[in-house]
Amino acid sequence: MPLGAYLTLAALVFAIGLFGVLTRRNAVGILLGIELMLNAVNINLVAFARFRTDLAGLIFTLFTISITVAEVAVGLAIVIVLFRVRRTVEADHLDLPRG
Amino acid sequence: MIPFPVLSIITWAPFVGAVLIMFVARHRPLAVRLIALVSTAVSVVLSVFIFVAYEREAAGFQFYEKVPLVPPLGISYELGVDGMSLLMVLLTSVIIFAGVFASWTVATRSQEFYALLLALVTGVYGVFVSLDLFVFFLFYELAVLPMYLLIGIWGSSGEVRPRGIFGWAFRETGVGSKEYAAMKLTLYLLFGSAFILVGIFALYYGTGSGSFSFLELEAASVTPRTQFWVFLAFYIGFGILAGIWPLHTWSPDGHASAPTAVSMLHAGVLMKLGAYGVVRLGMGLLPDGALELAWLVGGVACINVVYGALSAMAQTDLKYVIAYSSVSHMGLVMLGAATLTEAGLNGSVFQMFAHGVMTGLFFALVGLVYEKAHSREIFKMGGFGRAMPGIATAFTVGGLSSLGLPATSGFVAEILTFMGAWRSAHPWWLVPAIAGTFLTAVYVLRVTKQIFWGPPSPHFHHLEDARGPEWVAIVLLTAVIVLFGIAPGIALDPVDTATVPLLSRLVKP
Amino acid sequence: MRTGSATLALIVLGLPFASFLLLALVRPLRRSAGAAAGVSITAIAGALVAAILDFRTAVPREPTQSPSTTWAWLPGDGGPMATVGVMVDDLSLTMLLLVTLVSLLVQVYSWAYLHDEPRPSLGRYYAYHSLFAFSMLGLVLAPNFLQMFIFWELVGLCSYLLIGYWYDRPSAARAAVKAFWITKLGDLGFVAGIVMLWSATGTFDFWTLFSMGTMGTLPVELLPCIMFLIYLGAVGKSAQFPLHIWLPDAMEGPTPVSALIHAATMVTAGVFLVNRAFPLFRLTPDVLVLVAWVGAFTALLAASMACVDDDIKRVLAYSTVSQLGLMMAAAGAAAPEAGFMHLVVHGVFKALLFLGAGVVIHVFHTNDVFRMGGLRPWPWTWLPFVVATLALAGVWPLPGFYTKEAILAGVLHAHLTLPFLMLALTSLLTSFYMFRVVFLAFFARPHGHAHTPHVPWLMDYVCRLLAALTLAIGFRMAFFGEHHEGPGWLPAFSLTLAGAGFVLAWAMYHRRVVDPARVAAALWPIDALARRRYFLDAIFAGLYRWVLLTFARLIGWTDRYLVDGVLNVLSAWTLRAGDRVRGLQTGLPQDYVYGVALGVLLLFVLAQWSLR
Repeated sequence: MPLGAYLTLAALVFAIGLFGVLTRRNAVGILLGIELMLNAVNINLVAFARFRTDLAGLIFTLFTISITVAEVAVGLAIVIVLFRVRRTVEADHLDLPRG
Repeated sequence: MIPFPVLSIITWAPFVGAVLIMFVARHRPLAVRLIALVSTAVSVVLSVFIFVAYEREAAGFQFYEKVPLVPPLGISYELGVDGMSLLMVLLTSVIIFAGVFASWTVATRSQEFYALLLALVTGVYGVFVSLDLFVFFLFYELAVLPMYLLIGIWGSSGEVRPRGIFGWAFRETGVGSKEYAAMKLTLYLLFGSAFILVGIFALYYGTGSGSFSFLELEAASVTPRTQFWVFLAFYIGFGILAGIWPLHTWSPDGHASAPTAVSMLHAGVLMKLGAYGVVRLGMGLLPDGALELAWLVGGVACINVVYGALSAMAQTDLKYVIAYSSVSHMGLVMLGAATLTEAGLNGSVFQMFAHGVMTGLFFALVGLVYEKAHSREIFKMGGFGRAMPGIATAFTVGGLSSLGLPATSGFVAEILTFMGAWRSAHPWWLVPAIAGTFLTAVYVLRVTKQIFWGPPSPHFHHLEDARGPEWVAIVLLTAVIVLFGIAPGIALDPVDTATVPLLSRLVKP
Repeated sequence: MRTGSATLALIVLGLPFASFLLLALVRPLRRSAGAAAGVSITAIAGALVAAILDFRTAVPREPTQSPSTTWAWLPGDGGPMATVGVMVDDLSLTMLLLVTLVSLLVQVYSWAYLHDEPRPSLGRYYAYHSLFAFSMLGLVLAPNFLQMFIFWELVGLCSYLLIGYWYDRPSAARAAVKAFWITKLGDLGFVAGIVMLWSATGTFDFWTLFSMGTMGTLPVELLPCIMFLIYLGAVGKSAQFPLHIWLPDAMEGPTPVSALIHAATMVTAGVFLVNRAFPLFRLTPDVLVLVAWVGAFTALLAASMACVDDDIKRVLAYSTVSQLGLMMAAAGAAAPEAGFMHLVVHGVFKALLFLGAGVVIHVFHTNDVFRMGGLRPWPWTWLPFVVATLALAGVWPLPGFYTKEAILAGVLHAHLTLPFLMLALTSLLTSFYMFRVVFLAFFARPHGHAHTPHVPWLMDYVCRLLAALTLAIGFRMAFFGEHHEGPGWLPAFSLTLAGAGFVLAWAMYHRRVVDPARVAAALWPIDALARRRYFLDAIFAGLYRWVLLTFARLIGWTDRYLVDGVLNVLSAWTLRAGDRVRGLQTGLPQDYVYGVALGVLLLFVLAQWSLR
């Protein structure tokens, strides 16, 4: 399969993830969207690693996966705390940084 | 040769006083006032000393000091006084000394009050003695910024009912409160200082001299076209501080809302900073620009004189009357300068001094009246002369100086301005100047009659005359008004030595 | 032409000034009225002595010799811009005598007249008197226009302070301020004129200007305009039409003040100015013609108003305005010496009239002539007043006869026919209204029971002294003076006018054979106008209230609500704009992500574009 196919897949996944971030009302859903975007990046990295026979991409991917895991943990923790404060996880109501 | 840096001491003594107050005299009101008194007294004594010690034949900038600050950029701490700034330094020291006494009864947080006041005064002194434009600007900002706190915290609020097509804006911006006045004054003056800064940099880069020193910039030259724009920038920037129409509206609210000493200092000295800037920087460094734009400076000044006097006539709040009177007299100052004649310029500088003292006296008196009567409403007052004859007398003397009665310093200033006006390139300026005198006589005497003469007003009881330290400010300022009215040569001799060389650069054959 | 000692002149000037300083600065001295009066009277007496000495020791001088002694006052490049000093010539020597003498007598008289005043107020009164004496003397001794203007304004200040002596009376306060404003209007012209003169010639100095005038080096282009403007100052100060309206109201001040300031000295400053500057006025004959016409008109106008007033002081005030008009007419007719002589003698007998009026006011506690009368049995109350009346009416051999005749002769000689007729009618009216007052105030049937009026001896003796002086001057003029040639019929004519006025007054107010009401009805347009002061006061008041104050309020409103309004609008717009922009900060992270995403996209596009 040509490189382009993988890149297209990654782009699609990224777009779906971005769309999810921008439009989902549920905070957990937003986190899922972020996950998708990060995984799309991973797909890109792995694809390039394969087609350039460069190990760097794979190492990058390992890094991003671990960071993603940490970020998800923190993110979900924040959502839980927010729920305790605001009793909701609906994004429209979480406007504390409002100016 | 004086073995010690006189000008630096005069300039920084109040600042040292401010620092001492903040660190040493917290919660001890009497100590605060004593420190303020001593530091301003040092400045007064020294400024009288340099006034006497100034060599009139030698002229030029004397008591010179220079300490390079940032040599690669051409910034140095350079001080010196000539005849003009000498008189201004004397004015400042007299006013602040009187102001310290006039603020004796500040109740809340007097240490911060006096500290800010003294810091402000250092800025004012610095502007008058500075010969380096960068440092000049620094001192200028130092003279403006404490105003915000002084007026915003220790000022008084009034009520202005929103009217007219712009009434909605009045509600939104909160016109009438002291916070509004403080904000308006500070922002307006900073807006002006932006123009000044641009002008300074234009000169710095335009002359290519690589130095901010006034003396070097004076020797260098800039194209007439640049001079035109830079003069315009200076005129607008300094003019805002001098209260030129229509950029003067920060002044009535600012003066009315400010506490007594701040008003005295502001109307008495700070507005003169603006005029001084136009003369010293505008006319001193940009002769061609000044010649080209004299018509504008003079024309706007004529508007100031008449408009200010008429506005003063219409006011019902005593502080506003005096504030508009300042706008009117600053018009006379600018008019004298715009005539570009020896008599006119002498008159202008002398008017800065005369009006400074007179308005300082007025605000001190108004502060006293307010303290005793708890009102500034002119038309509720009446017959105060019986209860407070001393204040009435001083008010009359101040009023007579305002309308230019001979034997007061105001007359000398006005007659010189008139003489300059008729000899200038625009002789018709004499007409509004003289009309201004008449209008001033109308509102001054009307207010004096309303407040002090006639049967005692039923609205006020238990009025009393000035007491103790309050007398110092009144007597000092009244004496200065009369002294310089009878013997103006004392001040005019040094001033003349400064204005003649300045004009010789301007009026090209 | 003579010149006197400058040192003596400075002493004359310095004594009242020292007295003023002492009284102004030393509070206990001022509060004790007796000491204050003592200081002031001693000073003015000393000044009188010095003035007499100066007058007697004056020496003749060459026409090219300046009688001035000056010192620099306003410095300038290449010589002082203005000087101060003294100019001691015939004109000023005579005025020195007049001013010091009348001041002294008035100050002495005041001690009795104002005896019931609170002590501190009386001290203040004497302080003002000293200041006035100093100012008036400085004016007459002025060697240049600027100094004259300085002291001109200072006497105006004293007038304001003394009219407003009883400052808790609203009418007095108003009158004082009105006097100041109206004279200030004239002063605007004065100051403009002298500034223009200085600009053209480089000097204020009389002597220098006069020399330039005779040598023909005076720049004459703007001279008529300049002299007219300077004359405007005289119009205000000497109460010429239309700036005469302040003088009748100035009667709010104490009677001795009216005698001194508003009869003998301050108001004559305008006439003095025209006399002093006559070498310059001579070069502008058009202005002089105007001066004469205005003077004659003022004389007649004021005389008509004097005929219908009941307040004795106001009649005298109108009389003063009228006589000032007469003096001005003389100057305008190029006979300034006649006007000046009249100024001096008028000063004496007008002061006497006022002080004599003070006597009846003191006796009856009112100014209304219709509430007085019945003083025939006590000649010492009315005799001085009658002497002065005869002098004013111009009866031989009293001073007014000669001076008035000289003035009329001068006016006739200058071919000013209508002014002459106006002045002739004025003479008749003068005699009429003065005798009207005499008959009503002294000889009318008494209202209450008659008892010996109590008049303080000080007041009485001062009046007697002035009466004797008047008679002495008159006899001196009659038997030792030079008689100027005028038309032969003039003396008889003027005596007839005086006589006619007397007869009219006698018929209407003594014998009551002619009913004043019917005369008034017959002349009703003039009578009505005169009673309402020809609406001139109303016009000025209207201009002040409805034009000036309204315009001022308009400007004040414009400044607050339009000029400042624009500023507040800008400020309000800034606040509103800020509010709108704040809307971007929703606080929702998703919106911020939107922003970031869009921004990245934009950057990406831009990068691609610029690479192309």
